[in-house]
Amino acid sequence: MEFTRRETLAIGAGAAAVSLMPLQAFADQEATDAAVAEYAAGGAITDGGVELTTPEIAENGNTVPISVSAPGAASILILASGNPSPKVIEFMFGSLAGSQSASCRIRLAGTQDVIALAKMPDGSVRRGTSTVKVTIGGCGG
Amino acid sequence: MADNVKPRVRVPRSVTAGEAFEVKTLISHKMESGQRKDKDGNRIPRSIINHFSCDFNGENVMQAELQGAVSTNPYFQFDAVVQESGTMTFTWNDDDGSVYTESKDITVG
Repeated sequence: MEFTRRETLAIGAGAAAVSLMPLQAFADQEATDAAVAEYAAGGAITDGGVELTTPEIAENGNTVPISVSAPGAASILILASGNPSPKVIEFMFGSLAGSQSASCRIRLAGTQDVIALAKMPDGSVRRGTSTVKVTIGGCGG
Repeated sequence: MADNVKPRVRVPRSVTAGEAFEVKTLISHKMESGQRKDKDGNRIPRSIINHFSCDFNGENVMQAELQGAVSTNPYFQFDAVVQESGTMTFTWNDDDGSVYTESKDITVG
């Protein structure tokens, strides 16, 4: 394979542009996918079966109220795909849990998808996703 | 130990056996995420509550693993169900090794 002079210059310019790109400050899709895969541990992931309630618009990303419910789940993991680190919180339900649901408040760096993964006792995983629009991000300057 | 850490818990004083009731917990804690920088550009080290647990008479109701993305003054709301009277204990574990606890008596009647 031979390169013309013009092609060689174009490749060189492209490589320079890639190497100059700033370090990604926020978790990308890869980090989120890795967290999902780690949690699922090989179990099948199906959409649905998890009810994730978030506000449509959060004015302040520092306290975004969420609630999650997944009947029959052993544990629920909340991931924020657009945060510097995607993991937010994991709830593990014991024998005296009245229902497999919980509410808390989380920080979101910006507008993004919040993902709830519920692990069933048989190892399968249910997924629920919800998009939150954030006016002011919650991760400081 | 972080300053002014005060756990607050709300549970019903008496409940019906086998019927789910609501538990609300709040603990005052700054939950420094480890992502912020001070005015000189230095990263402020992470200082959060990393684990929460709720138990009743030695049996677990719920546990949570917290990360830096949980808001200041972590608040939880969840359901519990009990069959007999007893004490519900709440435990929060701080990054610095401190443990904060609170307990409430619940009567079945």
